[in-house]
Amino acid sequence: MCTDCGCSSPEHHSHDHEHPHGEGHSHDHPKTLRIEEDLLAKNNRLAADNRARFAANRLLVLNLVSSPGSGKTSLLERTLSDLQPAWSFAVLEGDQQTSNDAERIGATGAPVKQINTGAGCHLDAHMVGHGVEPFDLEKTDILLIENVGNLVCPASFDLGEDHKVAVLSVTEGEDKPLKYPQMFRAANVLLINKIDLLPYLDFDLEKCRGFARRVNPELRIFEVSCKTGEGMAAWYAWLEEGARRKKPERGKRDAGRESQSISISKI
Amino acid sequence: MHEVGITQSIVEIAERSARDQGAERVLSVTVEIGALSGVLADAVEFCFEACTGGTFLEGAALLVHRIPGKGKCGDCGAEMELDPYTFACATCGAFALEVLQGNELRVTEMEVD
Repeated sequence: MCTDCGCSSPEHHSHDHEHPHGEGHSHDHPKTLRIEEDLLAKNNRLAADNRARFAANRLLVLNLVSSPGSGKTSLLERTLSDLQPAWSFAVLEGDQQTSNDAERIGATGAPVKQINTGAGCHLDAHMVGHGVEPFDLEKTDILLIENVGNLVCPASFDLGEDHKVAVLSVTEGEDKPLKYPQMFRAANVLLINKIDLLPYLDFDLEKCRGFARRVNPELRIFEVSCKTGEGMAAWYAWLEEGARRKKPERGKRDAGRESQSISISKI
Repeated sequence: MHEVGITQSIVEIAERSARDQGAERVLSVTVEIGALSGVLADAVEFCFEACTGGTFLEGAALLVHRIPGKGKCGDCGAEMELDPYTFACATCGAFALEVLQGNELRVTEMEVD
């Protein structure tokens, strides 16, 4: 029995009550009840529980969202390879099916847990709450949650993260932010990935930035290639700054780390 | 189709509230769905019957109040109607729009027997 959410098992919410329809219940007059309950209240409550647990362990938590194929997993692989072991990561991988991504992430040495949503189109706070159970959160600095590849549904579900990070690759249209505004509005950070392919495409980077800022003027934008490493230093600097804000005592130890990240990007 | 999960939340909330009142059947349930909530009212209506089978809500009517989006410009203060695809203030063209209404997603009322 799960004490946080009251479920009997991580994936199963069964109706354990009986349904005595028409079995001699009293026929009082129908009455009207006022309720005023938010439909996402349960998810939001569980997300708040997650957030409290993450805060207690001083974790930086990112929820990565994008369409399928934007390069989220490759981006994580590169980030993990470059920033471990200076920082301790844990990774939750959300996919409808297979554990392929978890295997790729696991190869970097990071603790990883695959969540298969089956028919589900997004991760919710309940899945994440149980998903992190195998991790030693106390010894983790940064939790990365790779959401199901979908630019629609994950926008509505708070997982307890600090930031939603949207990933958009230059092989997609530059007007993606206009087509899926809900997601780009919900995100704080946008990673424009695969910029090494720009010479071969008609993708207009300036236009894309403009569209993204039109939907969300506050959006922080990084242009990166996880293949060549171009632009990754700025992303790492932002990531490390966020993690250091959670654990100020890490500042000194990581000062040398930043310059190392920068040299990586120049390779 | 995250509307299936949303519709299951309607069923969960309504069953719990009915049980609290000692009722065993829900005749109707009223929900508010805002135009900016990211949830399609039509899709909720579509899956309501499938989600209510075998519950207190079997055969219940679903009444959906669609709440239009309304916003205010952070720059010039103008108020305007908003849909999910409005990005700029209709008056001054600024992009910083504050949502005043349209994110609603809640059960407001139900009739029980």
